[in-house]
Amino acid sequence: MIEGSFVSEASHSFSFSRRAWLLGIGQSAVGVALAARMGWLAVAQNKHFTQLSESNRVNLTLVPPRRGWIVDRNGVPIANNRTSFRVDIIPDRLEDREQVLATLARLLTLTPEQIARIGIDLDNAAGFQPVQIADKLNWEQFAAVNVHLPELPGVAPSQTFARHYPAGAAVAHLTGYVGAPTADQYKATHEALLVVPGFKLGKDGLEKTLEPALRGTPGAKRNEVTARGKLIASLATRPGTPGGNQRLTIDVGLQEYAARRLGTNSGSAVVMDCQTGEILSLVSMPAYDPNSFSDGISHLEWNMLSQDDHVPLMNKVTQGLYPPGSTVKPMHALALLEAGVQPSDGVVCTGSIRVGTGTFHCHAKHGHGHVDMKRAIAQSCDIYFFEMARRLGYDRFAPIVRQMGLEQKFDLPLAGQRFGTVPDSAWKMRHYKQRWTVADSINASIGQGYVLANPLQLAVMAARIASGRAIQPRLLAGNVGQPPLLPFDPAHLDIIRAGMDAVVNGGGTGGAARLAIPGVRLAAKTGTAQVRRITMAERAHGVLKNGALPFKLRDHALFVCFAPADNPRYAASVVLEHGGHTVRALDTPGVGRDIMTYLLDRDRALASLAALEPEWGGDITTRMAAQAAAYKAAQAPTAAAEATKTDAVVPTDSSAVENATDAANSQAAALQARGPGGNSVAEDGTTEQDE
Amino acid sequence: MRGRLGFVPEPVAQLPWRVIMMVLAIGCFGLVVLYSAAGGSVRPWAWSQGIRFFAFLTASIMLSRVPERIWKAGALPAYGLLVLALVAVELLGKISGGSQRWLDLGLIRLQPSELMKPAIILALARFYDILPIAETRRWSGIWPAAALIGVPAALVMLQPDLGTAIMIGAGGVVIMFLAGVPLRLFVAGVLAVAVAAPLALRFALHDYQRNRILIFLDPESDPLGTGYHISQSKIAIGSGGLLGKGFLHGTQSQLDYLPERQTDFVFATMAEEWGLVGGVLLILFFFLVIRWAMGVAGRAQGRFARLTAAGLATTIFFYVAINLAMVMGMAPVVGIPLPLVSFGGSAQMTVLLSLGILMSIDRQNRRTPGW
Repeated sequence: MIEGSFVSEASHSFSFSRRAWLLGIGQSAVGVALAARMGWLAVAQNKHFTQLSESNRVNLTLVPPRRGWIVDRNGVPIANNRTSFRVDIIPDRLEDREQVLATLARLLTLTPEQIARIGIDLDNAAGFQPVQIADKLNWEQFAAVNVHLPELPGVAPSQTFARHYPAGAAVAHLTGYVGAPTADQYKATHEALLVVPGFKLGKDGLEKTLEPALRGTPGAKRNEVTARGKLIASLATRPGTPGGNQRLTIDVGLQEYAARRLGTNSGSAVVMDCQTGEILSLVSMPAYDPNSFSDGISHLEWNMLSQDDHVPLMNKVTQGLYPPGSTVKPMHALALLEAGVQPSDGVVCTGSIRVGTGTFHCHAKHGHGHVDMKRAIAQSCDIYFFEMARRLGYDRFAPIVRQMGLEQKFDLPLAGQRFGTVPDSAWKMRHYKQRWTVADSINASIGQGYVLANPLQLAVMAARIASGRAIQPRLLAGNVGQPPLLPFDPAHLDIIRAGMDAVVNGGGTGGAARLAIPGVRLAAKTGTAQVRRITMAERAHGVLKNGALPFKLRDHALFVCFAPADNPRYAASVVLEHGGHTVRALDTPGVGRDIMTYLLDRDRALASLAALEPEWGGDITTRMAAQAAAYKAAQAPTAAAEATKTDAVVPTDSSAVENATDAANSQAAALQARGPGGNSVAEDGTTEQDE
Repeated sequence: MRGRLGFVPEPVAQLPWRVIMMVLAIGCFGLVVLYSAAGGSVRPWAWSQGIRFFAFLTASIMLSRVPERIWKAGALPAYGLLVLALVAVELLGKISGGSQRWLDLGLIRLQPSELMKPAIILALARFYDILPIAETRRWSGIWPAAALIGVPAALVMLQPDLGTAIMIGAGGVVIMFLAGVPLRLFVAGVLAVAVAAPLALRFALHDYQRNRILIFLDPESDPLGTGYHISQSKIAIGSGGLLGKGFLHGTQSQLDYLPERQTDFVFATMAEEWGLVGGVLLILFFFLVIRWAMGVAGRAQGRFARLTAAGLATTIFFYVAINLAMVMGMAPVVGIPLPLVSFGGSAQMTVLLSLGILMSIDRQNRRTPGW
């Protein structure tokens, strides 16, 4: 560091010049580097940064498309979009908050809780993000706000669309409902539309399965905004494409009628065109109101629905599985004919039959005497079918039963369908590693035991018997080809149809279903599915009437029918959970008769319903409101439970439905598990009278 | 040659008009940019900036009449006063419980660290002027200079103001370099910095300073936090393209996406609307001013004048280079404004004061006056 050499002024000057020159070179190099860097950013990377600058500047807001309608076979809307009026506040434009809120509270009759909520939202609001004041306003309220708008700076009234189901609960299980997408749905697709406020998608039923067709494509609103979100200018707006309308085979008038006619029952009704397979009504009652689900349901309502023993959250048509009971007898008779049994071949019914160590009883305690096939159907004689099943074995029945639609899967746009069981020896070996017994055949012969079917399959069965064609149920309107004929002797089918005609019109068990329309006859078959075991001791003292039993232990009541009997056009099934044939007006023959009457003579059907409904506590809406009020009174809920919306979803595919159905059928299954000696009774026919 | 404009008084004719014009051009362009940054309004920035600019420029021209010996005589006392002021600022900051950078003198708020940038140049130039030339390459020519640099740099670092500390240190080191301190010391110094920098990053810097450096190294790691400044600045410059989006049409600045658009990031505001052409022109004007200043150093007689001129030129250079590197994402955000363009009085005053000293040196060392 220390250098001894003499450094002159001249040499220092030279050193300075050299170093200053170096410094200048360095500075110039930095200058060139900076210019080059700028050139790289502004020219080479210009496209990239222009894009970033644009995405900064332009705020793209998706506009949810108008959802397509669901309409019935005649074009009547089942699900449409109702204009919904709402009022928001833009916090940044609000001048006198207290005065504006006071005016709004007066115009919209806001509660103190609502005002408190708005106050909290306004305190937390970020500038230009609107704060909702109220939605679902009526026109008068909306107009009042608009009239006072000059004195309400910052208040923004707007119109949106809300999904609307004019028929309410009557179509709940058919259409499902719409709701806000879940966080999981967004995570799965990362579709921008899913996080647009106010966007709703199908959550259940047809709304869910037809979602792609109903949704449409969103429009986009391009706004120039500042970094803080202030709107500078509206740029071009790209319009969206509304979703397409979907036409169903449903007759919404019939659908509503059937829902009302089921009354206070927990049950289902399916009506089909038995020539084409078009489903005219598909009703499961009670149901939730899809309108209130679309708006977001309160905890209170959700709890009420999920605790109801009438399972309003389950679509019983496709998810409910029941022992079909005696409704399978016409089909079994067809199997007998196909197996070579003559219609005149008779059995003597004494009221019971001993097979091995067990005794099997007929529903007629003292027996039917001599019964041939037609009488066996008309009187629903159990012994006839016990004896025939004992002779032939159920393996001869099962293939025919499957051809008639049981255990079959149908290609319908409904989620969570369950398809039941048609047992045979191979099935039992597969599932229980046990040999098929004669008792199994006897139980199955009257639609009990292992046999399970859903109400839709029973309707298909009735339709196939009625038309002799392999009809497939369909829900979406479209070109209908005539389905192929079933491979059965038409003469055999005629015998079966005559038997079903006799059920109603020939002194059979379904006399109550006789149509009041001159010249038109209904053919039907009644059924009862027992859900409890009747002990020998009880039988000795007289079997308990269903009316004396708790709801859950009452028998299921079933009914299949078609009309007109001589030239079938419509087929239907009615299944009442724990209906128990207790009240005539609410029993299956009457329900089936009136639903069919609606198709043939609408005014007569409506008149008879008008006489009945007041006894049940009014129409569906009135009864649901009364039930909700009673529940609310019983629960004494907190205000929060009432106000807070839950994002609850009807458990279509969840185990909850499985549990509900399994609970409903568990007793029936338990009966069978006890093996031979079980006293199966198909107690059939006329309605018990309440004493 | 000068005599053509006979009616112009001799002192006015003798002014270095070329550099004054270039400074005027930069300053006026700055006012135009500030006018646009305010959304097409002289308020709140362009008007007050303009008044200050012309006031300081006038003062600067007047300073050019001050004889060199006054600068020489005042260099070390001014340095000493500023060091005391820095200590006072530090103590006031301690008392008021926060960081403080300025002294409130009633009439003006004095920011001693800002004035220290030219003062360190003058002080070191004076030191090497006093030092016998033979001593320059010896230990006695090095440690006092290092001390002169280290004390104010450390005090400014404590404020904390990394950018100014770097400028004071760099300005001082450049004087040492020009004064003839052996080259190998600088090589060793560079190596030392290379070793020390990671350690300083780890232990010596404040959290926010460390963050700025880490985010500079990876701006995308924090696009909405500290990295937001750099990202938005690059977007503004990059989207400006060759010719810019046009006066008053920069969306990044007009719609508030660019932070600090009138101060540290004013170059991005300008570049967005004037494009590469505006940017290169501005860089060129600064380059010409700095080259003129280096030319003054080259022509100057005597060590003090030479070192002072070259040092002040380098100070202006550091302002421009660090600011531009920062807004273009080549350096961490250290809070150095773009002189004559950024809104704010301190840097404007420093740079115009430096120009005044440069013109003063120029005037007294010129064989041919004027242009």
